[in-house]
Amino acid sequence: MRKIFLIIQREYLTRVRKRSFIVMTILGPLLMASTIVIPIYLATRSNETKKVAVLDETGIFYEKFKDSDEIKFHYLTSDIGSAKSNFTKSGDHALLYIPKTEVTLPVNAIIYSDKSVSVNITSYIKNVMGKQIEELKLQARLRELQTDKKEPVSVDDLLRSIKTSVDINTLKIGEDGSESKSYTELNMVLGMFAGILIYFFIFMFGSQVMRGVIEEKTSRIVEVIISSVKPFQLMMGKIIGVGLVGLTQFLLWVVLTFAIVTAVTATMTSGEIKKTATEQMMIQKQGITPGNSQDAPSTNESSNPMGGVMEAINSVNFPVMIGAFLFFFLVGYLMYAALFAAIGGAVDSEADTQQFMLPITIPLILSIVMAQFIIRDPDGPVSFWFSIFPLTSPVVMMIRIPFGVPYMEIILSMVLLLLGFLGTTWLAGKIYHTGILMYGKKVSYRELWKWIRYK
Amino acid sequence: MDLFSAQLISKQYANHKALDKVSIGVPEASIFGLLGPNGAGKTTLIRIINQIIAPDEGELIYNGRKLQPNDISSIGYLPEERGLYKKMTVGEQAMYLAQLKGLSKQEAHKRLRFWFEKYEINTWWNRKVEELSKGMQQKVQFLVTIIHDPKLLIFDEPFSGFDPINANMLKEEILGLKDKGVTIIFSTHNMGSVEELCDDIALIDRSKVILNGAMRQIKKTYKTNTFEISFNSWEGPLQGILPETFQIFDESRDADHRHAHVKLPADATPNDLIRSLLPSVMIYSINELIPSMNDIFIEAVTQKNQQTVIPN
Repeated sequence: MRKIFLIIQREYLTRVRKRSFIVMTILGPLLMASTIVIPIYLATRSNETKKVAVLDETGIFYEKFKDSDEIKFHYLTSDIGSAKSNFTKSGDHALLYIPKTEVTLPVNAIIYSDKSVSVNITSYIKNVMGKQIEELKLQARLRELQTDKKEPVSVDDLLRSIKTSVDINTLKIGEDGSESKSYTELNMVLGMFAGILIYFFIFMFGSQVMRGVIEEKTSRIVEVIISSVKPFQLMMGKIIGVGLVGLTQFLLWVVLTFAIVTAVTATMTSGEIKKTATEQMMIQKQGITPGNSQDAPSTNESSNPMGGVMEAINSVNFPVMIGAFLFFFLVGYLMYAALFAAIGGAVDSEADTQQFMLPITIPLILSIVMAQFIIRDPDGPVSFWFSIFPLTSPVVMMIRIPFGVPYMEIILSMVLLLLGFLGTTWLAGKIYHTGILMYGKKVSYRELWKWIRYK
Repeated sequence: MDLFSAQLISKQYANHKALDKVSIGVPEASIFGLLGPNGAGKTTLIRIINQIIAPDEGELIYNGRKLQPNDISSIGYLPEERGLYKKMTVGEQAMYLAQLKGLSKQEAHKRLRFWFEKYEINTWWNRKVEELSKGMQQKVQFLVTIIHDPKLLIFDEPFSGFDPINANMLKEEILGLKDKGVTIIFSTHNMGSVEELCDDIALIDRSKVILNGAMRQIKKTYKTNTFEISFNSWEGPLQGILPETFQIFDESRDADHRHAHVKLPADATPNDLIRSLLPSVMIYSINELIPSMNDIFIEAVTQKNQQTVIPN
């Protein structure tokens, strides 16, 4: 145990003290912070308000959308066909279309735009529609209760019976009026972000493990070390050490990015943002006090679209999301890092790694390529199988989780990933053990198979 | 008493037998030479002794009992393929390797400072390994191999990469260690150094031990009762004055003397040779030709090969 700790310590310290690590640690947050801060900055600076045309065939939402500094709503009375064909000429930012429904209340809407519509706008619309429908339902229920004169219903039951979720599709409208789907929903963003983060982490630090192994092999120190420790200990020590470097960098990024964003926005913006923030807090407070919630819809109507984002964020199951993220992040890394270590052990130089990298990179790249498909159909069979298969599950499952995945599936995926981790590590250990003692030998897959079968 | 012995060790790789029932015994406080042509299985045996790989069959006895995993802390190993982390400083690296061998941090630091002082390389402590010359790196490498006071030292081709001065220093160091009671196994192609250093040897060829024992004894068995003589005052054929059973070869002459090698029959002694020569020639020198390890090596390996060819 002491030896593996020594190895982890060395791997960690030599990397953390490298100049490239320090540079990356500083540059990363600056880059990320600027992607967050600059749009906010531009948004607060530009006086341009976005116009949103509303074509409401139901008539329920007339004048319900309130104008803000950012968005101005105006209402159309034409039919959807001409509204769409006139859209590009109108100069509107987006067209909100709420189709007519026969019996039920409308819970679906479509946003057409030629640009991507910000989450702020979709969330705000979703929020207003939801509240409006809930209010209508509430009124209907109250009337029912009054005429029936039954036992009084508890507030909780009442709230549950009116709970509504609105579905908004965002369609991209071309110059010619053609449509294609685009996704701006928060859970998609969240899922993609988590998935891509895992993808990058595995690639970046997995290949660091591989390079570390190759370095030990080419500098010929590996045999000196494995006369003191077991090769498997050396491999695991390296994987864990590099993983800790990755975690350190990741945490530093999060903390530094957060610090920079807060610092910059605090100095940059006036009371505007602060007002929004306090409003959000108010909304949240009201949201969790059932007694007040009867008034909540009316309060929300006056709120800034930002409130919608907060609500969307609240709709994601964060404990599950964060827990799963940490699990898939770490175990996914461990599994892939073992494979990277095996490649490093099998080859003599980085130039020889190509042929063995392929089977590792394919599932990783495939899971990112499939992401587009998976966010479109997060519960379909393809999404299911990709999120169960250990080599693709770390990325794909994270994309699916914000959309809500049954616990059983998450647990199944986790168990399989753990088994995958144990299996690949065992396999990698065998290849690594034989590989690190081979010099100047061109290795083929056939050769690797032989090594795996050695006692 | 043997400090270490390997008994009937076999190791099979997919379609190649690296070691076939190999047995060696290494007496305590001696230098044991492990010889053999390339690919004979020396490195495999050494890796098995270091417990880097496990044998398929056979037993390893160390200190009178079975070799155990934590025995590596009393074994020092200098592999043929050796090196150091290029980007690490010498001091940090030495500390790391010493601690991996089981020394505590304080102890490792104390001993390293002592050795650095002794070799007068204190100034290297904070330098990166890549800034050192090859010879300097080898010195550091040797130092970390012996830093934990091993009872058994294993050197695989220790002299490769050393210039003659450093090689000589290493030789002195190895002999010094032996005097201190350390047992040393060393594997090499360099027969000159075997001759100078080894007490016992084992010659491995094609995964089998073909020659094993004390070097003195082996040399004795390989002697052919051949003598080199230098003489003059006789211009006629040498065979004319020597008995017919004496074989003469490698005759030569220089400005002053004639030289020849004479192989005596098994029952003849050098005295018989001198007796036959005395009446006719002026003898300047007579020496027994003792086979060098190089000759023995070549003879043993080629003979073995011939033997293995015959049954086919």
